[in-house]
Amino acid sequence: MVNQLLAVDEDKVGKARELARRIAQDIQREIDQTTTVSVERTVARLFGIDGTNADGVPLPNVVVDQVDQDGQLHRGIAFWLANAVVALDQPPQEVAQACARGLSLCSLEIQEPGRVSQVMEEYTRRALKAIKKQRDTRTEMKARLGTGPEPLKYVIVASGNIFEDVKQAQAAARHGADIIAVIRTTAQSLLDYVPYGTTTEGFGGTYATQANFRVMREALDEVSEELGRYVQLVNYCSGLCMPEIAAMGALERLDMMLNDAMYGILFRDINMDRTFTDQYFSRMINAYAGIIINTGEDNYLTTADAYEKAHTVLASNFINEQLGLMAGLRQWQLGLGHAFELDPKMPNGFLYELAMAQTIRQIFPNSPLKYMPPTKHMTGDIFLGHVQNAMFNLASVLTGQSIHLLGMLTEAIHTPHIGDRILSIENAHYIMENARDLGREIKFRPDGIVQKRSEDIVNGTVQFLEEIAAVGLKRAISEGFFADVKRPTTGGKGREGVVRKGMDYVNPIMDAMERELGLVSAGEGGQL
Amino acid sequence: MVQQIRPYGDSWGDGQVQLSFTLPLPAGPKAREAANRLVAQMGLENVQIVHEKDLHGFTFFIIYGRCRHSVDLNQLPEVEADEQPMGFEEINAFIQERIGRRIVVVGACTGTDAHTVGLDAIMNMKGYQGEYGLERYPWFETYNLGSQIPNEALLQKAVEVQADAVLVSQVVTQRDIHIKNLTELVELAEAEGLRPRLILVVGGPRIDRRLAAELGFDAGFGVGTTARDVAGFLAKEVARRLERGE
Repeated sequence: MVNQLLAVDEDKVGKARELARRIAQDIQREIDQTTTVSVERTVARLFGIDGTNADGVPLPNVVVDQVDQDGQLHRGIAFWLANAVVALDQPPQEVAQACARGLSLCSLEIQEPGRVSQVMEEYTRRALKAIKKQRDTRTEMKARLGTGPEPLKYVIVASGNIFEDVKQAQAAARHGADIIAVIRTTAQSLLDYVPYGTTTEGFGGTYATQANFRVMREALDEVSEELGRYVQLVNYCSGLCMPEIAAMGALERLDMMLNDAMYGILFRDINMDRTFTDQYFSRMINAYAGIIINTGEDNYLTTADAYEKAHTVLASNFINEQLGLMAGLRQWQLGLGHAFELDPKMPNGFLYELAMAQTIRQIFPNSPLKYMPPTKHMTGDIFLGHVQNAMFNLASVLTGQSIHLLGMLTEAIHTPHIGDRILSIENAHYIMENARDLGREIKFRPDGIVQKRSEDIVNGTVQFLEEIAAVGLKRAISEGFFADVKRPTTGGKGREGVVRKGMDYVNPIMDAMERELGLVSAGEGGQL
Repeated sequence: MVQQIRPYGDSWGDGQVQLSFTLPLPAGPKAREAANRLVAQMGLENVQIVHEKDLHGFTFFIIYGRCRHSVDLNQLPEVEADEQPMGFEEINAFIQERIGRRIVVVGACTGTDAHTVGLDAIMNMKGYQGEYGLERYPWFETYNLGSQIPNEALLQKAVEVQADAVLVSQVVTQRDIHIKNLTELVELAEAEGLRPRLILVVGGPRIDRRLAAELGFDAGFGVGTTARDVAGFLAKEVARRLERGE
């Protein structure tokens, strides 16, 4: 139950949602016409293809690149794989291995359509069953063990070595962390493949691989049972391999995924069509797998001013919500992001932070909001930094945030040392327990600073969404509406991996998930 | 006159130092003894472990001690005094008068580094800590290439726009990846004959003047740097080079 500490104008919120829905729908119509190499690789993965060729190239890339080079990807990799399964009477993994040795999928004779469909259905059924099994396991463990009280304490491990990460993650969990995120190595978002196997080297983080996911999930299961509290695992469904990472996470029972509709465009200069198409399938998989996504609006405030541009965060929350719903996510899976990034020297800055956090809380009462700590104004003064994080912790518990990424006193110095992480957990534990029910005890004055600021943010958001709706989201991004970053509509990385679907395109996994999630594509008559 | 300098706690010469660290040992007498000895080897005496925390197989310590060592001020090499920095208006006026054209700057986070916070703080219109970024300076022409830029692409852009200076930001320093990136940039600039005509500047939380010089850069800027510091340096350096006919 969300405390109503402020008055939020429901009419304006309704208007903002409607504008966001229109903005998202325009994008969704385009998404429905395209596929990408990463979407197709995801289908290959879910058909059971894993491992690499002799040169270390992942087999999903081998099969998809081959069909793409033959100009036949518009039909969907599922068709070509199923056709080969029928023609060769071998499972997809063996077909992929044969491709690595030189077999050409598009040179095989086209098989009887009924049999090809049957094979597609069979492997789709197996994939969905495997995902469902993990979802059921999570549901069972969460019900049996429980999770910590909200705001859930979320910490990061980032040693580069998955086996070191395991030690630090277990230590943090034993000390009270509820959620462990394994930060990815800095270059991974721009790799157009997912590395294979466990890894022990990385820069600023650890490679996201399916094997690494499994190692960490096992370690957290062990500690969850020991503590009698289900410890959740997070990774990054972003970059050029969004849907593939989603599939891997679904199969290895990750619990949350960083998964934003626009982050890759703005902060990694990835092509718009690529990102929008990839986010759709990745979110659908997350939806199906029961995974909670975390959106990345906090990042806007690292490049744009947190006071002047607060409304861009809320506007983006609305757009991310609509795109998420269109991909089948439910409200409880939408960890919409925002951040505590105001300049600490600003008089009454804390009041403005409360206004922002409480406004978002009341507007999205059923979503597990993701609250990000100060980073931009962390200076290297660890003592002041610890106090800044304390203020952030207080704002979070007071306004009832859900997923609380703990600030590190050594932010801006290094990736967290083991001791830093424990200090920050203790900081949060102390403040959140000490002020546990403060939010139920107070209301902000109707004529006060916090209420006024909240109204300004909501008004600014409606106006901003009107401006975006007038030009369309793509043009808005190209003109620097978000984060003060401008990206050309046809530029960016990964553009060559966008393929227009043919009339005969098939993606049986997407079709089955859309069916089970009750989705009707916006492109087919705009019925959403 | 000998001037011995020690840390100052609450009286001259008390040498009070505070430190904290984690040992990979379970909390207990053994971990405590190990911490004591370690700190003694660091040159501290009267060691007081004021706090220890069991981190499940690790132990976190907060420790105070008296530093036995001291530094003789007379023995220090000449250290550059901090110059009185110029302000926004002053820098622009200086460039107009002494250089007579805009200073062209290309900036990027190079290699695999995706963290643009530092670069943006210096280059973006908005700036940082109330100091406008270089984009706001009428006498600077700036190109912010963003993150994960290969060194080759950075230098190519510098040639294309006839840059006076190249700004490189390096935030991620795990396993000294930044050293490799930065060395490669200098080598590449030298190999292509660009080094003499470019002012190479590096910034980042783990960067300082000395490291920058060691790596072959003209300047290095660390924590707390604002655009004004960088702008002032560039203005003076370009003017100096002009006067020397470089």
